[in-house]
Amino acid sequence: MGVENEEQGFEHVLGDSVILTTVEQVVGWGRKFSFFLYPFITACCGMEFMSVAGPRYDIDRFGAALPRFSPRQADLLIVVGTISHKQLPILNKVYNQMAEPKWVFAYGACVVSGGMYDNYSTAQGIDTILPVDVYVPGCPPRPEMVFDGLMKLQDIVQNEKFSKWPRGAGKYTAEELK
Amino acid sequence: MDITLIPGYQYMPELVEMMLKIVFIFTMNVGVFAPLLGYVERKQSALMQDRIGANRAAILGFTIFGLWHTMTDAIKLIAKEDFIPEGADKPLHFLAPFVAVVPALIAFAVIPFGGTYYLWGHEAHLIIADLDVGILFIFAVAGIGTYGAVIAAWASNNNWSLLGGVRTAAQMVSYEVAMGLTIVGVLMVYESLKLTEIALIQEDFFMWGIFLQPVGFLLFLACALAENKRVPFDIPEAESELIAGYFTEYSGLKFAMFWMAEFVEIVTISAILTVLFFGAWHIPFVTHDGLLSLLTSVVGADIGNLLLMFIHLAVFWGKVCFLIVFLMLIRWSLPRFRYDQIMKLGWKIILPLALVNILATGVILLVVK
Ligand code: SF4
Repeated sequence: MGVENEEQGFEHVLGDSVILTTVEQVVGWGRKFSFFLYPFITACCGMEFMSVAGPRYDIDRFGAALPRFSPRQADLLIVVGTISHKQLPILNKVYNQMAEPKWVFAYGACVVSGGMYDNYSTAQGIDTILPVDVYVPGCPPRPEMVFDGLMKLQDIVQNEKFSKWPRGAGKYTAEELK
Repeated sequence: MDITLIPGYQYMPELVEMMLKIVFIFTMNVGVFAPLLGYVERKQSALMQDRIGANRAAILGFTIFGLWHTMTDAIKLIAKEDFIPEGADKPLHFLAPFVAVVPALIAFAVIPFGGTYYLWGHEAHLIIADLDVGILFIFAVAGIGTYGAVIAAWASNNNWSLLGGVRTAAQMVSYEVAMGLTIVGVLMVYESLKLTEIALIQEDFFMWGIFLQPVGFLLFLACALAENKRVPFDIPEAESELIAGYFTEYSGLKFAMFWMAEFVEIVTISAILTVLFFGAWHIPFVTHDGLLSLLTSVVGADIGNLLLMFIHLAVFWGKVCFLIVFLMLIRWSLPRFRYDQIMKLGWKIILPLALVNILATGVILLVVK
């Protein structure tokens, strides 16, 4: 807290002629407008995701357009569609392969909680194995909701502390998930 | 102290000129074009797909048409984890991005971006190294760029990377052969390998390469696109097949360097095309001496030369920018070729056509002379 007070003091003295900021803030600003996506798309929500990425809604406006299919280069794991138990090890592997910093976006009711598939084969939400940053429910969610979620994620990223990283691997190893 | 006492003082102007030129080319490529092309590509794709494109990042409320997104990308990539896979060859993994970028920059050393100007008793040539074998030097250096991709693929210890690297090698070797032959027609017409001489002949509008060698131009364009490894020739990194090809295992800034290499290559290709086919720094129907005498009569010889230099620089880079936009237009219009189609195009279509072009050029030259 002390540091923040000092900053306010500086800005008070210098007036509007100088903008004081911290490296964390600048990096956060850079990161929040430059998500490279890893679209992990398995089911019907994918149709709606296409609409999000397409011309009418255009996710590129938020700087989050570029899909990188190599997890090393991706920042935001967008999990779209029903995740069955068979899929979990794959999802876990992709998450573990992503380079830090990384965020997870739960897109659709199935990913958030298993949705209407309350049965033996479907994972009841990916947060059972991965740390999820934003939940966007809906079956499928409207693009407006997705953008709302994305903007909330941007707010989180803007104010993140460096101490949050690295997040490390997922909760379970590949063997445990089998 | 008398400046003439410093040993080698008579070389000072040359040294200063050389440094200025190198700094200019370096900033032009790495500082201006590499980041800006990322932006242009993004906005152009948005335009072509009827989207708005990146426009949210703002400083103090100014978005300047989304230009900040270039900066946010850079910040993000710098702050990203630098990943080296287990079992990778660390030194080579580190070296590969540099091997990819540097040759693309070096090739610019022999490309003239302006003529000769007499400034306050000093003769300034707007080319860094005026080699007699300029065009061959470019091919030689471009060949080294291939190693960047292949080393990256090999050092990553990843099957997808390796496949990408093998494809790169195959594609580059095939198209380098064809590319060398497509240019022979141009060299026969201008009777020189020296890029400055080729450029000087094109002062006459009707001597532009595109009029004398239209077939050669089209073939060279196709080969240059293939050498650039971008869509429609992006088989080495084909996302749907190889994840990200030879740079699958690269993250952060090193991954960005492969991109930068591609962008610098686009600039280099556009500059070569300008020099060989689009009259280099010359304005159509305006001769160097004509414009110079006009400027000299208005503002004097030295300032006139200086002004002429800036005009020619603007013309040259304007042509380069036009060609860059054209190349990007191709990138966003065409789907990717299949691997066998690329090989067929290179060996069975472009190569024979280039040979026929050489033959035809030779016959016509014989008849005309
Ligand atoms: S949330 Fe609905 S639309 Fe989305 S994947 Fe599940 S069932 Fe399909």
